[in-house]
Amino acid sequence: MGYSKDQLLQQLKELQIDFSCYDHPVVLTVEAQAKYLGNLGGGLSKNLFLKDKKHRFYIVSTLASTTVDLKVLSQRLGLGKGGLRMASEEALLEILQVPLGSVTPFALINDSTRNVSLVLDQGFKAQNLCFFHPLTNDMTISLTARDLDQFLISIGRNPTYVDMELANPTVGKDQPPDLAALVPSGIIVLPDSFAKADTVQCPSEKHAPVENKTVTATAVKQSNHAPGVKVKPQGAGRPSSSNSNVSKFVEEILDKMSTVVLSEVTNESVQQHRELLGPAISDKVRERLRLDLESLAVMFKNTVYTQGLVAGSQTEPLHKCK
Amino acid sequence: MEKKGRDEQKEAEDQVVNPWEVTAKDGGKIDYDKLIDKFGCQRLDEALIRRVERLTSRPPHVFLRRGVFFAHRDFIEILDAVERGEKFYLYTGRGPSSESLHLGHLVPFMFTKYLQDAFKVPLVIQLTDDEKCMWKNLSVEESRRLARENAKDIIACGFDITKTFIFSDFDYVGGAFYQNMVKVAKCVTFNKVVGIFGFTPEDHIGKISFPPVQAAPSFPSSFPHLFSGKDDLRCLIPCAIDQDPYFRMTRDVAPRIGFHKPALIESSFFPALQGETGKMSASDPTSAIYVTDSAKEIKNKVNKYAFSGGQDSIENHRKYGANLEVDIPIKYLGFFLEDDAELEHIRKEYAAGRMLTGEVKKHLIDVLTVVVERHRRARAAVTDEMVDAFMAIRPLPNMFD
Repeated sequence: MGYSKDQLLQQLKELQIDFSCYDHPVVLTVEAQAKYLGNLGGGLSKNLFLKDKKHRFYIVSTLASTTVDLKVLSQRLGLGKGGLRMASEEALLEILQVPLGSVTPFALINDSTRNVSLVLDQGFKAQNLCFFHPLTNDMTISLTARDLDQFLISIGRNPTYVDMELANPTVGKDQPPDLAALVPSGIIVLPDSFAKADTVQCPSEKHAPVENKTVTATAVKQSNHAPGVKVKPQGAGRPSSSNSNVSKFVEEILDKMSTVVLSEVTNESVQQHRELLGPAISDKVRERLRLDLESLAVMFKNTVYTQGLVAGSQTEPLHKCK
Repeated sequence: MEKKGRDEQKEAEDQVVNPWEVTAKDGGKIDYDKLIDKFGCQRLDEALIRRVERLTSRPPHVFLRRGVFFAHRDFIEILDAVERGEKFYLYTGRGPSSESLHLGHLVPFMFTKYLQDAFKVPLVIQLTDDEKCMWKNLSVEESRRLARENAKDIIACGFDITKTFIFSDFDYVGGAFYQNMVKVAKCVTFNKVVGIFGFTPEDHIGKISFPPVQAAPSFPSSFPHLFSGKDDLRCLIPCAIDQDPYFRMTRDVAPRIGFHKPALIESSFFPALQGETGKMSASDPTSAIYVTDSAKEIKNKVNKYAFSGGQDSIENHRKYGANLEVDIPIKYLGFFLEDDAELEHIRKEYAAGRMLTGEVKKHLIDVLTVVVERHRRARAAVTDEMVDAFMAIRPLPNMFD
């Protein structure tokens, strides 16, 4: 489960970080927040939760007054124009583990965000105090940028401040994207998108196995909205365990084989081969599946070896008797 | 003996082929016969391909059958050694200049995987992040990041972790590797590298001292954790023919420092979608099929951008047939359609005008979609831990199994 507001505030106190709390009704926008806190003298933040086309996520936290051009930011990150878009509500709930309207740098206290990158507005440094939600949007806390840095460093993050309104940041052959280092190295795969990706199979296959996957996707979608039912997100570290799962491996092979066999048994092939249909199909299966199965198998081998190597590096030497 | 590399830059009229530039004469096609002649390497003929088939007890790779890998240096020596029961290791690499890989980038890796499986030999893969940092003016962090990202796509080509060591220059250069770099460097004069690579006094010293970095992996003692005590082990380098200059230099140096000359097996260039004269560019997404393209994008790109050798109208096409020399879908099918008989049939029908461009493109789309989907599935299984494992300095006790 994600951290609660109280747990976060407790942690800030333990780090001896000075902050002030302001209670207010639930706010979902910066404008609404400004109605209650606008008189406190600047420093209100605008927080965006974004994702790129390769399932990598970003929290972009700027002063409310700073203009954020997503196209330019996308280019500066090396994602091309239009590589960034708002992440879904599901992603917000699963990855940041904060309610809608509460995006905040403090969400990085949750382990589920380990592959989420943080982009901070340089403008915060010029403010006396900066205002952020402490994991809920019925409260705002204010603290100095220095203290925010201290908190981020305490959770293993390296705070990076960026001039969001850089004039004419050309990204081209001779000028590499200046923010490319902020792109996370790990992707985050959510149950929904994972199932969707699987349904983009070879267009010619239109048989039972593919339909099964579509059903799975719908089922997962429904359970996300069912009250109290939580589907565990697949963080970047998780895929390896499912890739070494023997039953899944075997099922995938059998699915592929059924698909090919079913597609090869047609009126024409039955008439053409008659009693030799068996051997003919057997040859076809080998021919069509050899490369796919080799690819699956070598990945299985590599996954298991990797797990062994990691375990081996953590194995403690046995006590030696003298 | 071998022809020494001349200064290709001076011959502005001719085609230019070196590690940083590939341009054909007068915007035409690359003349591979001239290239073999000028570089002084050998053609890979039918007899050699049959011999490979015999020695490996499996059908030769589609790239061999179709002449994609068409030239070599001392490949015969490697096959002789194999027949005597001796081993060798493979060495290939990538300059991580961009995040997105296209099919052309995968070609040498697909072939290297075949060689690893067919001959049952170990492989070292060099990621020249330092080279890209210098030539493309990337930051050290960015080039290291790209190296790791590219490593994931390379691993997805299906290399066996029990026989493969991947390393990045920024991580690995040092120790025995660096000792070999210095040994190589001592044997190559400034004049020589200027002659081979066309360096000028305005080039920074990083560039001028880089060639030994790409030479060192050709020598087994550069990898003491893998080949300790096996100084006699031969090396085979699959690469695109534009890398030949590095290895000409290496082969000249090898006997002077007591090593076997590395053998080479070289490929032609992968054509851009818009045609042989078009330039494949990492920043022009329509010039190539990327490993991240969806089925829809592949279909769209092939239909819209693949240069066709068909006639401009159906009547003319039925009359005159297609020009297979310039037709890109036919060329791409040559790379990726495994079935020789099927390819022959398509070529025949298309050249005779009985098959239309649309049909040929449909065949290509089907084939490419399978290849890209297989890659995507494998790539999804690659984790950061797996990359670390491939790059860990560890022994490979089963490397010849």
